[in-house]
Amino acid sequence: MVQITSALPIAKMVGSNRVVLGTGIVHVTGDAKLPPADEKELRRKLVQKALDALQSNEKQ
Amino acid sequence: MRIAHYLNQFFGGIGAEEHAGRGLEIHEGAVGPGKLLESLLGSDARVILTFVCGDNFAVEHQAELTAAILEKLRETRVDLVVGGPCFDAGRYGMAAGAICRAVQTELGVPVVTAMSEENPGVDLYRDALYIIDSGTNVTKLRDVVARMAALGKKLAANDPIGSPTQEGYLRRGWLRDQLVEKRAATRLVDMLVAKMKGELFESEMPATSFAPVPMPAAVRNLSKARVMLITDGGLVPKGNPDRIEGTAATRWGSYNIGGSDDLRGEDYEVSHGGYDTRFVQEDPDRLVPLDAMREMEKNGVIGKLHDEFISTCGRSNPLSNTRRLGREIAEKAKRDGVDAEPALAAALRSQPNWKKQASRWFKSLPRCRSQKWSDPTA
Repeated sequence: MVQITSALPIAKMVGSNRVVLGTGIVHVTGDAKLPPADEKELRRKLVQKALDALQSNEKQ
Repeated sequence: MRIAHYLNQFFGGIGAEEHAGRGLEIHEGAVGPGKLLESLLGSDARVILTFVCGDNFAVEHQAELTAAILEKLRETRVDLVVGGPCFDAGRYGMAAGAICRAVQTELGVPVVTAMSEENPGVDLYRDALYIIDSGTNVTKLRDVVARMAALGKKLAANDPIGSPTQEGYLRRGWLRDQLVEKRAATRLVDMLVAKMKGELFESEMPATSFAPVPMPAAVRNLSKARVMLITDGGLVPKGNPDRIEGTAATRWGSYNIGGSDDLRGEDYEVSHGGYDTRFVQEDPDRLVPLDAMREMEKNGVIGKLHDEFISTCGRSNPLSNTRRLGREIAEKAKRDGVDAEPALAAALRSQPNWKKQASRWFKSLPRCRSQKWSDPTA
């Protein structure tokens, strides 16, 4: 499991082993300030990062 | 005082692990620790019934066992039901906890049990029950039963119950109003001074602690893995069909995304009272990134995106509840043959106490899966 979250301290506290930092509490995998195309690109990168974490045995 | 007592096969005198499959036996009178309980409670106390059941049977047939015990207790009036003590025996603790809770809820009869802090029964039932802290040392049986007897007596008499430290039960996470001499600021400074001097002090709000979670092994071959999306940000189809509560959710739902490349705001709503949900409402991919994951699937980065996403609301939820949700979701993922789940935590706001609680369920996911899922693609 990998957790994408914008509340990093909580993820650490409860002991999540794979954590990817999201873009904000109100839009974890998006950013309302960006134009749609850029927002989607950002989401692709975030999701890719999460998938990379799933394939790693390193705590992150 | 008339008492009913629940024991496992070991304390019930049947035998050790090889008898864990034994079904329920009902004895009239006290058995094993029940005799000690009687003697500690004094001459007017009698154990009328003793229920003995093997630990495996109890856990595998919990509903059936609980129903049988409730039925018997409807026929035979008792003033107190006692479970255990269970020490660190997990199956025993889970069974005793389930039975005690059912008796308390269904029959309104006072109950008391005892377990060590690490017993999984404590996780499940500490909110609902008075659980005496038994520690793990079975040779302390007499002390533990004495504390159970003392608390049981008070419960049966409907006397006021003191704090966990006074009575020896495990913290239930309750806050109780109390009149005190000193105001909060003074108490706080007193504690701080005691701490700096290296003296003992008792915090009025002990922090919840979280045991380390073993890390599930990496997914070896992601291009063959089935990936599921889970969120505690409260995204649900319009109309909230499972009525997932926006605070202290007791339920989760699974929602079909098969054949869909994108989540559209008009099809969904957000049941979450803890963050500004307008951005997710506008584009739910900002919480559950279906569009990006679908691309990953099409490009062969992942094997398959599971046809359902899972959703619940992580706001302001007691740990006992979120742990159950976590277990149930993990079981669902296992059943559906999922290899990897990105969990998406949104909406955890700034009050530390319930932040802990809200995200606690994430922890139970890897724990449930770690044995069987260590190498899903090999």
